[in-house]
Amino acid sequence: MATKRITGSEAVILSLLEEGVDTIFGYPGGAIMPVYDALYDYDKKVTHILTRHEQGAVHAAEGYAKVTGKAGVCFATSGPGATNLITGIADAMIDSIPLVCITGQVASPLLGTDAFQESDVVGISMPITKWNYQVTNAEEIPEAIAKAFYIAQSGRPGPVLLDISKDAQFQELEFEYKKCTKIRSYIPEQPVDPFKIKEAAELIDQAKKPLLLFGQGIIIAQAEDELKAFIEKTGIPAAWTLLGLSALPTDHPLNVGMLGMHGNYGPNVKTNEADLIIAVGMRFDDRVTGKVSSYAKKAKVVHLEVDPAEIDKIIKTDVAVLGNAKKSLAMLINNVKDNKHDDWVAEFRECDKVEREKVINKDVHPEKEGLTMGEAVRIASEKTQHNAILVTDVGQQQMIASRYFKFTQSKSNVTSGGLGTMGYAIPAALGAQLGAKDRTVCCFVGDGGFQMTLQELGTIVQNKLPVKIILLNNNFLGMVRQWQQLFFEKRYSFTELQNPDFITIGKGFGMAGHKVTKREELSDGIQKMIDHDGPYLLEVVVEKEDNVFPMVPTGASVSDIILEVK
Amino acid sequence: MKQEFIITIYSENHIGLLNRITINFTRRKINIESLTVSASAIKGVSKFTIVVNETADRVRKVVGQLEKVVDVLKAFYHTNDEMVFQEIALYKVQTDTLYDSDQVERMVRKAGARILEITREYTVIEKTGHKEETQELFDELNQFGVLQFIRSGRVAITRDPIERLSEFLKERDNLLSQID
Ligand SMILES: Cc1ncc(C[n+]2csc(CCOP(=O)(O)OP(=O)(O)O)c2C)c(N)n1
Repeated sequence: MATKRITGSEAVILSLLEEGVDTIFGYPGGAIMPVYDALYDYDKKVTHILTRHEQGAVHAAEGYAKVTGKAGVCFATSGPGATNLITGIADAMIDSIPLVCITGQVASPLLGTDAFQESDVVGISMPITKWNYQVTNAEEIPEAIAKAFYIAQSGRPGPVLLDISKDAQFQELEFEYKKCTKIRSYIPEQPVDPFKIKEAAELIDQAKKPLLLFGQGIIIAQAEDELKAFIEKTGIPAAWTLLGLSALPTDHPLNVGMLGMHGNYGPNVKTNEADLIIAVGMRFDDRVTGKVSSYAKKAKVVHLEVDPAEIDKIIKTDVAVLGNAKKSLAMLINNVKDNKHDDWVAEFRECDKVEREKVINKDVHPEKEGLTMGEAVRIASEKTQHNAILVTDVGQQQMIASRYFKFTQSKSNVTSGGLGTMGYAIPAALGAQLGAKDRTVCCFVGDGGFQMTLQELGTIVQNKLPVKIILLNNNFLGMVRQWQQLFFEKRYSFTELQNPDFITIGKGFGMAGHKVTKREELSDGIQKMIDHDGPYLLEVVVEKEDNVFPMVPTGASVSDIILEVK
Repeated sequence: MKQEFIITIYSENHIGLLNRITINFTRRKINIESLTVSASAIKGVSKFTIVVNETADRVRKVVGQLEKVVDVLKAFYHTNDEMVFQEIALYKVQTDTLYDSDQVERMVRKAGARILEITREYTVIEKTGHKEETQELFDELNQFGVLQFIRSGRVAITRDPIERLSEFLKERDNLLSQID
């Protein structure tokens, strides 16, 4: 490739184009102005979305990354711009989301002088990035960006941050781009050990009550087909973590539901009866395991995992298969016998029956007067033929939506799992919509979380993104209120909200919407929202003091899951 | 049960890496008893030697996290028995104390220490050894007053007959060549 002399800031844009970036989320400011100036000439080649807050930009980049599998890219200026990214970067780190964050920095001679808008963003972001680097010389830009994309997207993905000093953005360089394909000190994934596959296959063939637990690793490795083929060949029931949701169609006969604190009754109870746990691309989060010392005590554990540090971190494994889940599952399929576990699967279905009677029917087909979150979720899922992308915020609405929304395709669930970041949903939904332009995006958010990032309604409207926002308003910080009710004797300490008129707020931003308070209006209201050409805000006023069940109380064993409180 | 472990990390020589490494200890509230960083025998590769007092399980886990740091080539952990290790200590005493009696000189000889520098005012003594040994000499000399005392972090070498790092580097080259 012929080289040409360009500025560092133009090199930033050209490098992003070399990486196939089509969308950037960001917010300008002094220290990143040269990059924004360079961007001005490339508006035909790349879409820049101006959010209303840098937190919006980074969550939008996460939403984009989740539905595309590609790194989300965001820009911010130095100092407050960079620090406003921090929550989203931490969120991406714990949920293994590939992000490339580019921040401007004061000119290099000013580093360490408390210059205007100087903050040590490399230092601040170190514990929450997979890698970060400060560029102070334009020559370094192409290589640093190539490295950033390689690290963010390979192995166990994660966020990276490049901090580029303003003088480096102005300097000129001979531009030449070479993609990064290896780094001496970094092995993104181990090759799968065939010997371990044999050992795992042996345990799988012998097991009488095997249970497969899958997480986001399936989606990251694009191992959905292998997962399906594996469980169909072995007849093993499969349960998912919150982040594994959508990797296996909801109605698959071997899909036995969600694990963990507000997961389904069957997979939680049966975890402690299983004689073999096959964990794939998941990390035994405490919300999944409940009390670790009484977790899956009857089971041998096989763990298929790309990150060696996850092995034996929480749960001791009998066989650890390192490497990419797509490859390891494909090898396992060839090594296991055809099998069936019909009686064992039937036990899960018995549990489902109990759960349906005690919990699900009351949630999704309520007979009481007040509206429930569950019915709104059920209807939205039905009316989108279970084909939509689900985006959720954090709290009760997140758990209810994850339980009752149904899926037919992968990469369709966007939520903040590990960090539980309120305010995630609205910006993540706009990012998801940009990553999947022809799909319907249903964004569920509580009245608390809505007010954390509602400024991004402006971004949604400005960019004509047809996001469907369903605000489930219980006038409470619902999940915290639930805990106060159950574990703090109903002492509702600072969880009740005096809310604004949400629909008027939406209108102020130019967003259509309306409010539903009665059951008769709900179905039509949701239909109207879906049919509306453009973004829409539907407020559903739900019962103030409904609770999410089942529930594994903190510190309890998964098999002590409770279905109701009297 | 907690015991002393020596963690050895081979890494690229990059700015900020020390911070990236130590935050892994900070986050888990593991105290670093001593830390030494310097160039290793391999060009461009730095070697960290970190001493902690921890349970084997927690040390294994933190080492797993250290290996994930992109610029880290490899991290090992060993018990004290598995390594030959030393620290170095320097002591500054008043030169008068050497003239007033031969006690200080005898202490230096007995401890296998040596005198680095003598001026009219002060004398600098150097001793290599384990912490207990350098401490013992400190306690003895301090009867006469130690003006200044400094002890280094630990340097350590494995008792393994095979050099694990070179084994590992071979393995790594093999893995890297498999990445397409
Ligand atoms: C940024 C942030 N602050 C605080 C919390 C703690 N928290 C978890 S759920 C919740 C209540 C959420 O209320 P709301 O958004 O109304 O949703 P609901 O639970 O009612 O569905 C709170 C405060 C959090 N997860 N994130």
